[in-house]
Amino acid sequence: MSLIQNLPALQVVLPLFAAPLCLFLRHPRLAWLFALAVGGAVFAIAVSLTMTVGEVGAFSYEMGGWAAPWGIEYVIDPLDTLILCLVSGIGLLVLLYAGPSVEAEIPRGLIPQFYVLYLLCLTGLLGMVATGDVFNLFVFLEISSLSTYALVALGRDPRAQTAAYRYLILGSLGATFYVIGIGLLYMMTGTLNMEDLARLIPEVADTRTVSVAIAFLAVGLSLKLALFPLHKWLPAAYTYAPSVVTAFVAATATKVAVYVMVRIFFTVLGPIDAFQTLPAAVHETQVVSFLAILAMLSGSAVAIFQPNLKRLFAYSSVAQIGYMMLGISMVSVTGMTAGLVHMVNHAMIKGTIFMALGALILRLGWPRLERLDGVGYRMPVTFAAFVIGALSLIGVPGTSGFISKLYLVKAALEDQHWIMAAAVVLSSFLAIIYVWKILEVAYMRSPPADAAPVREAPLIMLAPLWILALANLYFGLDTTYTIGLSESAAEFILNYTPGEGPGFEHPLLTGHGAAESGGTH
Amino acid sequence: MIETILGLYNYWIVIVLMMAGFYTVIARGNLAKKIIGLNIFQTSVFLLYITMGYVRGGTAPIVDPSGEATLYTNPLPSVLILTAIVVGIATTALGLALAVRIRESHGTLEEDEILAIEDRMDGEH
Repeated sequence: MSLIQNLPALQVVLPLFAAPLCLFLRHPRLAWLFALAVGGAVFAIAVSLTMTVGEVGAFSYEMGGWAAPWGIEYVIDPLDTLILCLVSGIGLLVLLYAGPSVEAEIPRGLIPQFYVLYLLCLTGLLGMVATGDVFNLFVFLEISSLSTYALVALGRDPRAQTAAYRYLILGSLGATFYVIGIGLLYMMTGTLNMEDLARLIPEVADTRTVSVAIAFLAVGLSLKLALFPLHKWLPAAYTYAPSVVTAFVAATATKVAVYVMVRIFFTVLGPIDAFQTLPAAVHETQVVSFLAILAMLSGSAVAIFQPNLKRLFAYSSVAQIGYMMLGISMVSVTGMTAGLVHMVNHAMIKGTIFMALGALILRLGWPRLERLDGVGYRMPVTFAAFVIGALSLIGVPGTSGFISKLYLVKAALEDQHWIMAAAVVLSSFLAIIYVWKILEVAYMRSPPADAAPVREAPLIMLAPLWILALANLYFGLDTTYTIGLSESAAEFILNYTPGEGPGFEHPLLTGHGAAESGGTH
Repeated sequence: MIETILGLYNYWIVIVLMMAGFYTVIARGNLAKKIIGLNIFQTSVFLLYITMGYVRGGTAPIVDPSGEATLYTNPLPSVLILTAIVVGIATTALGLALAVRIRESHGTLEEDEILAIEDRMDGEH
């Protein structure tokens, strides 16, 4: 087998095996460089997978040479490559940024362990995307979740422990709901392979077991992706986690959970239109659109009143997840494209913002609004990157955030969803208020007279921060890659039909039959 | 009626355990008790899986060389649950470790007291 054919496995196995090796590198700098090298390799694999899929289309890999559906299969399709590139790209940039920030925020002896957890979290996120087996997905979900709980608990504030605990309880409930859901599906179909499930599910679509399974899956995954009433774990976890962890988790973890929602409801349960038949809430508006709109409005409104900037942007994340789910809930190619493209753009936006906040924390301490008087003049380079991220969050033309909102509004108007379009605009106005509050403090007030001069963040932190900030501007002007990849992924996922599947029977049964009829071996 | 209750008794056990565990997670204020509730909740799912794989009168799925037709139970759910048990242990261990750390930093495991302490902290900075 050539290297290219093994890439889907390497994508996941490489960081998995590299993670414990960090423990042997006792020196923090060495562990960082090693993790960085692994992050680079993982990103290179994701890019070459994207190019392969672009050339030959979706392809699969049989783990250990066991044919699906008996063995576990990894399937790489256009939607997967989009998310793989996003997660590994952000993972690499945050790793580059991590060096000085981690040394400042985490006790020296724990730094190798930090990189172990970071690489395990990356493994879990990539595995959830690459796998074609619903139970394997659960295992990766737990790998990434358990390492995230521990990463959040590494925060210096004692409240980080309670935030991690709360996240653990709600996260485990969500994952267990997911397992109940796939268990019930297995009961009816006898398979865990995604394509096989999609093929067999229409026959049993009208049973009560499948309806209950859909309900469990919807609630479990909504908990994981922090959809509006189930978002309680998110603000505290983002606020008290170390800056590096917040930047990484905010940019990737909820996005991958949204991906899993799309994967389960549009490919595995796609043939029975499970998403469209979720109970209706208000007239013809689905429950998901309804919750998404509530998330957009309440998240942005609560953000306005937060004096702690990390908490402020955590609530803004709740609102942004609403945008993604709103796009997806329209179940049209434009809507799905808008949802997916916002996943990518929002990862860049929140990556920029939380990285910039991490740089402020490194130099100025806890990011409270009243401590930031004139910070725009004290740390101009760092804060300029923050401003780009914040403008992109609002959706100012010329930034990537504008592209997402443009597509969202376009998709809403296409199907005459006036309320949805109005909610997008209203939530953006609320975003202007909370961003303006920060810019006013940073630029309109002069620094306190007795303020000690502060240096900019170190170059190794500024570089990834500015790469992401410039990416916000670049993808606001040139949408060939973001919209192009999202559109092909959206078309793929909405027109998904399972293939023919294996034409043979169970190996044990066929072996048995042959022995009886032929009698020769 | 009596058959739905007695014939499916294993499913009733699953439901009772699931609800008891879930209720404990939500209603109990003690952080250690919440973890135990989570454990019971997860155990009910293990039982659900093992129940669905069991065939009455079936044996372990080892191919008999004599070729006699034998009734096998489905081994896959049990294997899946081995994985889920490992995940459950990891979750419990991490949750209890966090509870110990919270006890050290806050001096209590009761949720309402912790919330009061943290409200005071929020007021300070």
